[in-house]
Amino acid sequence: MTIHQLSIFIENRSGTLIKVLNALKEANIQIIASTIADTAEYGIYRLICSNPMRACDELKAANVAVALSDVFAIEIDDKPGRAADAVKSFSEAGISITYMYSFLLRGKGILIFRTDNNELAKQVISKEGLKSVSEDDLAALV
Amino acid sequence: MNDKTRYFNPFNETLSREGIEKLQLERLKQTLQQCMKNEFYRRKFAEAGIKPEDIRTLSDVRKLPFTTKQDLRDTYPFGMACVPLRQCVRLHSSSGTTGNPTVILHTQKDLDEWANQVARNLWMVGLRPDDVFQNSSGYGMFTGGLGFQYGAERLGMLTVPAAAGNSLRQIKFIKDFGTTAIHAVPSYVTRLYEVMQEEGVDPRRDTKLKVLAIGAEPHSEEQRQRIEEMMGVKAYNSFGMSEMCGPGVGFECPEQNGLHFWEDYYIVEIVDPETLEPVPDGEIGELVLTTLCREAMPLLRYRTRDLTRVLGRTCPCGRNHIRLDRMRGRSDDMMVLRGVNIFPIQIEKILMQFPELANNYLITLTTDDNNDNMTVEVELAQPTDDYAQLQALEREIRRRLKDEILLTPYVKLVAKGTLPVSEGKAVRVVDKRKVYQ
Repeated sequence: MTIHQLSIFIENRSGTLIKVLNALKEANIQIIASTIADTAEYGIYRLICSNPMRACDELKAANVAVALSDVFAIEIDDKPGRAADAVKSFSEAGISITYMYSFLLRGKGILIFRTDNNELAKQVISKEGLKSVSEDDLAALV
Repeated sequence: MNDKTRYFNPFNETLSREGIEKLQLERLKQTLQQCMKNEFYRRKFAEAGIKPEDIRTLSDVRKLPFTTKQDLRDTYPFGMACVPLRQCVRLHSSSGTTGNPTVILHTQKDLDEWANQVARNLWMVGLRPDDVFQNSSGYGMFTGGLGFQYGAERLGMLTVPAAAGNSLRQIKFIKDFGTTAIHAVPSYVTRLYEVMQEEGVDPRRDTKLKVLAIGAEPHSEEQRQRIEEMMGVKAYNSFGMSEMCGPGVGFECPEQNGLHFWEDYYIVEIVDPETLEPVPDGEIGELVLTTLCREAMPLLRYRTRDLTRVLGRTCPCGRNHIRLDRMRGRSDDMMVLRGVNIFPIQIEKILMQFPELANNYLITLTTDDNNDNMTVEVELAQPTDDYAQLQALEREIRRRLKDEILLTPYVKLVAKGTLPVSEGKAVRVVDKRKVYQ
């Protein structure tokens, strides 16, 4: 029910981001969505891409500090209030969302997020009938 | 194991304390006679108002004047030779980054004795003629190269002068030649391990390694333990300095409880660096060494600038040669930040306690708004998706460093492979502070 996200440790100085992007470009990996959270010294660059396992290997080979992590991907209608509805179910179940980002893909909203309790989150998704998106779904949509 | 196979030089290694001191006095007297052949020493003795005959007991050594690195610089290049130059067969020189370089001369006998010292050390940690010794240390003027080369050959090992660098080739040699022992600076061993990991080489599974000799860089007990865990073998601390010959001066025995300094070759004193008076056993002071077997350039009461302490004079290994604690660093390495004395090794000791951190780190001192600050950059072992964890890690490192060094440095986590890797001695401190008049 979760998909693979790449989490890349990058320092806040010029040249670090392009090194990552170039490595992905050379490996012909498509970035589907990404976000960078930053502190004063470093950032974590999180991204959803085609073929994450291979992308991870290619980045490691290019000496990039990368880790694979499991995140949820939920599809919602592109209408006002749908994100609130989705998050509400998790909130009511007492689940914390560590971070979240979203993007539009073929007219649908996709929410990517990580929780502090993946097992409970999976139950909520099943119970509420939320539409979970698989890596294959994403690859097909791109 | 009988004594014959346990010791390289059974007689000298297992001397009683009385035996050691008797030999030392005898050799000290010979050394003083040797020194009198040189103008520099004759003048120094005249200034101090003493004669070699005044030295009647071993404790009389304290009547002798100290020798310093400055003396070596002032007499550069050959002013402290006690034999004619044509009797010398080797010269080693320091880089001279802070003034005149220093020159150390060797006769053939000096080289022979040096090789014997190194061979004794390697034998002590279990190496035998069947072993294959790869010396992954710099060669040339750096005494860790030729010093270990001749010592390993003296023991009778197949010796590979691999020198430092080109890690892929090093690993190929280790596998192809069946290398069982390596000598390198500790930072290079960790570098070698990283490349092994990248190449899918498991030192436990894919090599015949059993012993590492590490030295020439001050390193903490924590760093040694890491190296032992990584490589799956024992790592023994080696102490050397080119002024004494090079490596071979002191070495850990299998007990790994301090380094045996060979008192048939040196008189060891630990003194207060300010008052120059001896400090009691167990207290930290400056290591002062007097050579007892050198012909070309004997040195009397040489101030090494290395700080250490006496751990004991007996050992379960059967050697009664003095045991000294690992070096705290040279007094020259000491940083003074806002009036606090700090050694890089104190920082390393703390960093190495965090499994989240890799082995490479860099300390930078800067002046910001007239305040001196320290930044510690350290590589993360594994990337993570968890910010809170990174921030908690930073906080915890800062807190533990503060407990150790009494002031709070900036801590900067960096990705693995970001900090410069040195193939010689690692650069751990960069001082960018303004110098005040």
